[in-house]
Amino acid sequence: MATKVVMEALSPTMEEGRLVKWLKNEGDQVKNGETLAEVETDKAIMELVARGEGVLRKRLLPENEAAPVGQLIGVIAAPDENIDALIGGAAPASAAAAATPAADGKATESGATPVPKAAAQSQGEASTPPQEKVAAPPTTAQPPRPAAPAPAAGGNGGRTRSSPLARRMASESGLDLQAVQGSGPGGRIIKRDVEAAVASGAGGRDSGVGPPAATRTASAEDFRDVALTQIRKTIARRLSESIGPIPTFYLTAEFDMERVAEMRTAMAALGDEFKVSFNDIVLKAVATALAQHPEVNAHWLGDKIRYFNRVHLGMAVAIDDGLITPVIFDADEKRMSEISRESRELAKRARERKLKPEEYTGSTFSVSNLGMFGIDQFTAIINPPEVGILAIGALEEKAVVIDGAVTTRKRMRVTMSCDHRVVDGALGAKFLQTLRRLIENPLMLVY
Amino acid sequence: MPVITYRDALNQALREEMQRDDRVFLMGEEVAVYQGAYKVSKGLLQEFGEMRVVDTPITELGFAGVGVGAAMVGLRPVIEFMTWNFALLAIDQVVNSAAKMLYMSGGQYNMPMVFRGPNGAALQLSAQHSQAWESWLAHIPGLKVVAPGTPYDAKGLLKSAIRDDNPVIVLEGEMLYNTKGEVPDNEEIVIPIGKAELKREGEHASIITHGKMALTAMQVADQLAKQGINIDVVDLRTIRPMDVEAITTSVRKTNRAVVLEEGWEICGVGAQVVDYIQRECFDDLDAPVVRVHQADVPMPYAKNLERAAKPDAAKAIAAVKKVMYLE
Repeated sequence: MATKVVMEALSPTMEEGRLVKWLKNEGDQVKNGETLAEVETDKAIMELVARGEGVLRKRLLPENEAAPVGQLIGVIAAPDENIDALIGGAAPASAAAAATPAADGKATESGATPVPKAAAQSQGEASTPPQEKVAAPPTTAQPPRPAAPAPAAGGNGGRTRSSPLARRMASESGLDLQAVQGSGPGGRIIKRDVEAAVASGAGGRDSGVGPPAATRTASAEDFRDVALTQIRKTIARRLSESIGPIPTFYLTAEFDMERVAEMRTAMAALGDEFKVSFNDIVLKAVATALAQHPEVNAHWLGDKIRYFNRVHLGMAVAIDDGLITPVIFDADEKRMSEISRESRELAKRARERKLKPEEYTGSTFSVSNLGMFGIDQFTAIINPPEVGILAIGALEEKAVVIDGAVTTRKRMRVTMSCDHRVVDGALGAKFLQTLRRLIENPLMLVY
Repeated sequence: MPVITYRDALNQALREEMQRDDRVFLMGEEVAVYQGAYKVSKGLLQEFGEMRVVDTPITELGFAGVGVGAAMVGLRPVIEFMTWNFALLAIDQVVNSAAKMLYMSGGQYNMPMVFRGPNGAALQLSAQHSQAWESWLAHIPGLKVVAPGTPYDAKGLLKSAIRDDNPVIVLEGEMLYNTKGEVPDNEEIVIPIGKAELKREGEHASIITHGKMALTAMQVADQLAKQGINIDVVDLRTIRPMDVEAITTSVRKTNRAVVLEEGWEICGVGAQVVDYIQRECFDDLDAPVVRVHQADVPMPYAKNLERAAKPDAAKAIAAVKKVMYLE
């Protein structure tokens, strides 16, 4: 039974993909779930996996060429199976006609290659219709699973047994079920196994440093939706008319960084494992401040505002040909060392273009730092549907007046861009006030 | 709040509806002079007279047919079967006349009638008199089927059944008539047909049940609570039309379901419940749904064998533990 290999939507917004490299040659045996090729999406380089078993009979898309989502780029079939009809126009008409003796000659001449019944059925059974992938909302879009050998399969012909709920939970939390040991009858993976795996951080899709995917299952309790009041509607409409689709205003503050610098030096003196960057401390402070100000940790959804109870912090990372915002999930609940490790790992993977869609979607607020480029202060553009972004400038020594005397202090300027439909001036100012208190008294961050 | 028996709750429902609407009348074997084989119609003959509380010969097909005719000309008969085992003799009037009349007459004849009586097994009445018929009756388009498990539900559902313009089957229970429960006397109780009730609330598993087994399910919930297991008890109350939303809401919460019923397994009401669950809650299930029901045999007369054949709390508890992977 033949299986079509199509260009799949490997990111929530992908419309076409460039085939970077085929990892299988024509004639190679492939298993269901095995990686066939590397595909560059609009965001990252992803693996395209086989959706069926057999021999990779045909590679229809040359390396370095792009194809729209849904286009046929290869065929997997039994070694002797006739696949001419599947590859359609790619085969000479005479071959197609010869291969389908039952086909009406007229149909062949007119270019409409008849599809043999078996092949037509196999499309439905063995391959995922790309249209479904495109239509899927970003939160549920999942990259194909790498084909790990299944240690937990338990003599089950390589198939992992799991309850439907366990599959759904694993999919929602980015967990690879192949790596989970089932405790149900016959090794069936059930809810408690997935919960245990998620809690222990095992079974992530990446075998290296633990993936920064959400560590808790997303649920409706993570946020509350608030219908728009009339005054919010009026503010939203009037201000949108005034400035662009997102009526943004900006708040700038200069923070004293002496104590942060002291803390950082003191920590570094304790040993390499305690070293953190200024940026790590700022991320931790922003996450903590957001937890205290859920009113700026929100999404504008057009007819309502979604306030989040969890802080998923996006951090803008410059990459060679653009910008991407990987997410530190539940950043408010993470220790500084975890934020430090995760942000470093995310930035590295972002530059290598190895981020997976679930790693750069779902942020509730973002931070952009151009301090390392010597930018004193700047305004960042809000990443909708978020309602705020914080732009971090360079740390510099400045002459300031303290208690009537001029002295030098390390200072840093931050600018918060606020979506005025949700965040009013005073609200943004209060958030920055909290942030200032945290950054100027960084011991509060370890409280 | 007054605590009354299931029997008295039905009696109140009949009396109130007969007072409310003089088209309502009761007919069946021993309902008048003898005051009902189970005393459900106690005092009604005295209050309403022999035109409205009518004793019949032992002719189930006959008086069921008279009821259909009476409904066609605008009365609202309540037909009592001494038990649903005897109603088999009248099934042509129930299925072919009452259930079909509105359809066959092109909408000319409503069928505002009630067929009621005890259903299911009591104790040692043997194979022919210990049968639960709800899957037979609920199979028929044109019928509504209710199976109240408590006095409150019995009163509220019988009143709704009498007021309904379609034939409604009311499944009572010999073992239920003496059970007691709170039924307020200062308000009118009318329970909409087609609405289940969440009688217990928990998070670990759901028992979906109806009729007499709702009481068993609540015992199960009490016993399991002592072991730290909290379950939802969804009492369907109406079998047709079934409250699918109540089922799916519960199962989506608990991820595990046990379907408990008095009748046999094959083509039982529970099979339909399981179908709704697999269709609507596939991705929410952490375990296959387990059914608890009567053993697939004619009900034995011997006490020990009868006990072994009937569904009970112990079997339901084992089923809950199975869907929770505890055993």
